Formats: sequence, structure tokens, C-alpha cells
Amino acid sequence: MSAPEVELLDNELDADLRATVRSFLAERCDPAEVVKAYDGDSSLTPVLWKGIAGELGLAGLLIPESYGGAGATAREAAVVLEELGRSVAPVPFLTSAVVATSVLLTGPTEAGADLLAGLASGERTAALVVPLPATTAQPLAPVETEIRSVAGALEADTLLVPVATPDGLEVRAVPADQATVAPVSSLDMTRRLADVTLDPSAGEVVVAAEHGADGVRSGLLAGAALMASEQVGVAQWCLTTTVDYLKVRRQFGRIVGGYQALKHRLADLYTSVEGAGAAARHAAGALALGDAEEAEIATHVAAAYCGDLAVTAAEEAVQLHGGIGMTWEHPAHLYLKRAKADQIAYGLPGLHRDRLGSLVDI
Amino acid sequence: MTPEEIRGRVEEFLAEHPVATTEPSAFLHARYRAGLAWVAFPEGEGGLGVSRALQPLVNDLFEAAGAPDNNPRRNGIGLGMAAPTILAYGTPEQKARFLEPLWCGDEIWCQLFSEPGAGSDLAGLATRAVLDGDEWVVNGQKVWTSGAHNADFAILVARTDPDVPKHRGLTYFLCDMHDPGVEVRPLRQITGEAEFNEVFLTDVRIPDAHRLGAVGQGWEVANATLNNERVAIGGAAMPREGGMLGVVAESWREHPDNHTPELRDRLLRLWVESEVARLTGARLRQKLAVGQPGPEGSAMKLTFAKINQQLTGLDLELRGEEGLRYEDGEGWTMVRPEHVDFAGRDAVYRYLRAKGNSIEGGTSEILRNIVAERVLGLPGEHRVDKDVAWKEIPR
Ligand SMILES: Cc1cc2nc3c(=O)[nH]c(=O)nc-3n(C[C@H](O)[C@H](O)[C@H](O)COP(=O)(O)OP(=O)(O)OC[C@H]3O[C@@H](n4cnc5c(N)ncnc54)[C@H](O)[C@@H]3O)c2cc1C
Repeated sequence: MSAPEVELLDNELDADLRATVRSFLAERCDPAEVVKAYDGDSSLTPVLWKGIAGELGLAGLLIPESYGGAGATAREAAVVLEELGRSVAPVPFLTSAVVATSVLLTGPTEAGADLLAGLASGERTAALVVPLPATTAQPLAPVETEIRSVAGALEADTLLVPVATPDGLEVRAVPADQATVAPVSSLDMTRRLADVTLDPSAGEVVVAAEHGADGVRSGLLAGAALMASEQVGVAQWCLTTTVDYLKVRRQFGRIVGGYQALKHRLADLYTSVEGAGAAARHAAGALALGDAEEAEIATHVAAAYCGDLAVTAAEEAVQLHGGIGMTWEHPAHLYLKRAKADQIAYGLPGLHRDRLGSLVDI
Repeated sequence: MTPEEIRGRVEEFLAEHPVATTEPSAFLHARYRAGLAWVAFPEGEGGLGVSRALQPLVNDLFEAAGAPDNNPRRNGIGLGMAAPTILAYGTPEQKARFLEPLWCGDEIWCQLFSEPGAGSDLAGLATRAVLDGDEWVVNGQKVWTSGAHNADFAILVARTDPDVPKHRGLTYFLCDMHDPGVEVRPLRQITGEAEFNEVFLTDVRIPDAHRLGAVGQGWEVANATLNNERVAIGGAAMPREGGMLGVVAESWREHPDNHTPELRDRLLRLWVESEVARLTGARLRQKLAVGQPGPEGSAMKLTFAKINQQLTGLDLELRGEEGLRYEDGEGWTMVRPEHVDFAGRDAVYRYLRAKGNSIEGGTSEILRNIVAERVLGLPGEHRVDKDVAWKEIPR
């Protein structure tokens, strides 16, 4: 079985992009601010998103220049998501700039093109209204007027609603202010879910029935493929933070990180995190190449591997920090919650394996 | 050099040395001299000094042309370990003497590192080498020496100074296995056959010209070998669903009656892990396009051992009744194999032989120590023997 060779390391432009995003987040995305979302204060989100979408111009990364976007590829989006994951940044980049944008790009109507231009400039933010967990591995349930557990809806001004028509699935854009978007107390409050109630006929068609089903599929595939990079970022933070802590924490007169039982766990974690990094970058590269079958195989591999790995990394971080890892004060829990929610959101690893099996004749 | 340029070189070479009419050994020597052997090696030493990433293409082109190969399964230690070490530490004379016959398969190599008293703690080894004029006289016992019965030369580490701490008193040699003082005895392993051996060294004489690196530099040189060994074991480039995974995926397809959801999910987990390992290797090779592998190769070898053991175990389960029979070659009859051919052997053989993957080339425990200490920078193990002269260490 042949697979294309994808560049798996950062090139110079990637490294610049990474440095920009990282230093921006270091300055503006303090974990002490992020955690407030769990106590009802999500004021960080709009400020941070404005900076990322507008100042850094990242909202339009995947949008072609003809719509006013940056015309970059999934590779660059993967770099951004690794960094966002590393900071558990509470911004709708994945839901708007990746998932909703990929839906629209499949074949926008005129209204869809206007929306893309709005997204590219960072003036507008969209969300695909599907209940989580959502995956290309399972058929989409028909849309009702009440949709539970939607990601990205709280931050969006435009809700993309897949509507069944006799000609197929079309995607409509319903203004968020014409819908009820009720926040949910979510496992991961840095990507808070909402229960949405709306009238699908209220919106304009942004992807016609001809392309709608493909659009939703491609949005969910891009979501799963690139969430893997976010999971890599989460896992890298967990590994690095834990290693750093164990290099200074002393018990029994010794640096705890010198105990072999812990060294071996961290060596295994390092090995898996390296693997996850390669798998996620390959999935992004395959998406960027536009080879449909390869993109799907690579996505299922990355989603199956990175989904579990990020959870393992976060669980190890909590355990190996001891009591401090269990506190509200230490940021490890932010990563655990994100990792666990990510593992479920775009399809459990087992579902991705199952779908992979049917693609590779197993 | 671009892939197109190197393709041009190979085509030119093949035009000048038609496979059909060139004698195999002459063909191999010509290929070596044209720099198309190991292309990442420097010019004049069998290579062109180009990226390692081009090697698979070159191999494919020669294979597609039906060119004779250098029987790499017979000389894995030579090609994967001795050669890169000689390249890195050899004198011009040593490179000129050893590399060409090594690559061409005229001289087969083995590795005389491990001893009964020094396995994981390789630096504690006891084989002594004493200078006598311009020759070293070597005495000691080595063990687990794979392929020693086929070998013409060995890479050997011996103690040249027992009065300094263990890591500092070692020297690295290139040892002639046909020296009258070398005695090789088979050691039967769990597969029934004797792939490895014990090797007794009695007054073996090695010219000083066959010392690799400085006196006392043996530990550093040995580590270059070990890093290459780990990459050679764990980091080979392969296609998707290649290697052991391909074999086991075929077993799955050929045994539909044995399918269960549990076996399928386990196979798919290993499919994903193998693919991730393949991609990790590809990324490591992109990083190492030139240069020597570092401790990251240890992580690759750890993963390889784990996956290979799980796959070969699963393979027996997938085969059901067939997995209960060992009818490979002569079954359990003791033989001394000519070469190592893992994928081409019976499933039972593979299951058993794979158990060695987490022991040979550094055990998985030792590799985890290496990753933790040299990659993650965690504290070293507590050592009682660190600053003690080797001869004072209790044993
Ligand atoms: C199939 C096969 C082929 C081989 N071929 C060759 C060859 O060609 N040439 C050659 O020189 N050698 C060869 N070896 C030898 C191999 O390198 C050694 O077996 C290996 O390094 C382990 O050494 P040992 O057998 O002495 O085990 P030991 O070092 O005694 O280890 C026993 C157990 O203790 C563990 N252990 C040891 N130290 C530590 C530590 N500090 N922390 C945690 N755990 C530890 C080990 O992981 C192992 O589980 C081969 C081995 C095998 C199995």
C-alpha cells in the first residue's frame, strides 16, 4: 500500500507562524484567566479571539485569497492548533476557521461566498450546528429544531444548519440572534457546548443541496484531522510540564524524576507524543494534498491515535504531579478536561479504527 | 541532488554495467565505486554524500533492474552497525581496507560486545586487550554473538585500562574472526536454532592499525554503533502496511473463519500503531537527512519491539489451528542459520524470535533509561560504580 511522503517537520514559515502564535498566547492566554470560564466568567474568549482572528489574521487561514483569506493549507492550521492546544486557548478557531469554513468551501452559494469573506476578515464567526459527538464515520441524524451539545455556537454570530431537502442536504446560515443558544455546563468549558433551538428556514442557503452532504462531511473530516494537532499540543504541554516538575520535586532526599518507575513512564509518554506529532502532521499534510482517500485514512489514523494519547498524557500529568495535580489552582485539569472532551467530540478512537478497517480491508 | 538526478546516475550506471552480462561480484564492486552503494556516505567511500532519503529510491531502481544484491540479510551487523562506525571513526586506511568488501558482502561482520558479566552494563566488560609491540593481545569471553559462525570480522570492545573508571578504560577494535585464537560455539535459542554463539578469545592478536578510535575512546565509539543499531533495528523505511503488519494483515484476510470483533479491533490498534511508527520513522529520517542518529533512535526501537511482539503474538491467534504447528524448515531441529530472515519464516518462529527484540541492541528497560536521561534530561540512575576504578568494582 503506498502513501504519499508528506513533509513532517516545520519549514521556516511554519516555525515563524508557530513563534507568533506562541508568543501571542504566552502574553494573552494566562491559565489563571482561562480557568475563570469554569466559574462563569468567559470574558477572555472574545478578547482572545479578536486578537487571533483579527490581529494575527488567522481566522481566514484556510480561506482562499479570492475570498480575502490567507490561502494557506491544513498544514498551517495544524501548526496553529498545536499552539492553541498547548495553551487550551478558549477560542473558536477549530469550530469556525476549520470546521464551518471547510463546510462552506465545498461549494458556497453567493451568500456563502459573502459569509466566507466575513469569516476571512475576522468580522464574522460561524459554527456548524451538529450535536456532538459527530463524525464522518456515522450518518448524520436529520436536523431538528432543537440540537443539543453544539460546539462553537456560543461564540458564533452565524449558525450553519444542515437541512434535508428532496434534492439532498443543504446548508443554511441562520443568524445566531434569531436562534436560542443556551450554554451548557460542559466537561470542557474552554470549548463550551450549547443547546441550540432554531428555525432552519430562517436562514439563507450557503451551500446548495448539490454540495451540502459533501460539505458537512468535509467539515467533520477536517475537524477530526486537525483536532489531532490540538491533541498533540495538549499532550506536549502535559509531557513538558510534568518532566519540568519532576526535575525539581524532591522526596526521600532525591529528585523524584530520578526514580526509574517514573522515568520509564515518561519515556513511554515521550515516545507516544512523538508518534502523535508525526501522525497529526501527516493527516494535515494529506488534507492539504487534497487526495480524498489518503486524507481519510490519515485522519482516522491520527484521530484514533492522538485521541487516546492526549488523555493518557493529561492523566499522567495529574498523577505524576501528586496532590498539586488534583487542585483547581494547577492548570493540569484544564488539559485533562480538554483532552477527554476532544477524545469524544469528533468520534471515539474505536469508531475511527472501525472506519479505517473498512478502508484498508480489515 | 534531486531524485531525478540520482535516477539519472543509476540509469547511466546500468547502461554501462548491464545486469545480464556483468558478473555479480564485479557489478557490486562497480556499484560501490560509482558511489551508488550507500549514497549518504562520502564520495570515494561508496556514496555520493547526498541525503539518506534518496537511498530507498536507489535500492528500488536497482531491484527493479534485477541487479544482484549484497545479501543484506547475511550482513546486517556489517551494514547497519560496523560500517557507519568505521565511517565515523576510521582512518583513511581503515575505510579503504574495510568498507568496500563489507558492502559487497565479501566480508561478513559480527558484534563482539556482550559478555556473561556485562550485558546492559556493557561498559563493565572484562575482556582484556594488552599492547605487545604493535599488536594487541586479547583474552576474554563474549556471548550472544549473532552470526559469529558466518563472520569474517568483528567489531570488538575490550578493556585496555582496568585502573580507571569503567567507561574510560575501553578501546574499540576490528577483529579478524579467522585468527587462530577465536573459538565460536553455538548457543541454541528458544526457536530451536543457534543464531547466536559464545565466542572465546584466547591470545587473539589484533594489529594496532585495526584499532578504531583512540585508546580509551571505546565507549564513545561503541555508543555510535549502538545508536546506529537501534535505528537499524527500529527505523527502517517501509511502505504503509509493510513489515510485520503486512504479514499479519494478510493472515487476517486469509483466515475469515477466525474473525472476531475483539481480534479485529486489536489488529486495527496495531495497524494504527504501526502506521504511526512508520510516520515517526519518516519524520526522524527527515530530521537526520544527514548526520548520525542520536538517542531518539532508542524511542523508535522501543516502539518497534513492542509492536513486533504484539503483532507476532496476534498472528498465531489469527491462524488458529495453524498457529499450533511449527513445521518451519526442520521444526525444532538445531541448525546454525546462514542468515536472518524474519518475515520469510513460519509464524511460530516469528513469535519466538520477536521476544529477542526487546533484549538485543539494548533492552527496553535500558532504552527507557536512555530516552528519559538523554532526551528528557531526567536524572541518571544511582550508580555505585561511577567514579571507581573498574578493577575495584565488586563482581
Ligand atoms: C537475539 C539476541 C541477539 C543478540 N546479539 C548480540 C550480538 O550479536 N552481539 C552482542 O554483543 N550482543 C548481542 N546480544 C546481547 C544483548 O545485547 C544483551 O542480551 C542485552 O544487552 C542484555 O544484557 P543481558 O542479557 O546481560 O541482560 P541483563 O543486563 O543481565 O538484564 C537482565 C534484566 O535486567 C534489566 N536491567 C538491567 N539493568 C537495568 C537497569 N539499570 N534498569 C532497569 N532494568 C535493568 C534488563 O532490562 C533485563 O530485563 C543479543 C541478544 C539477543 C537476545
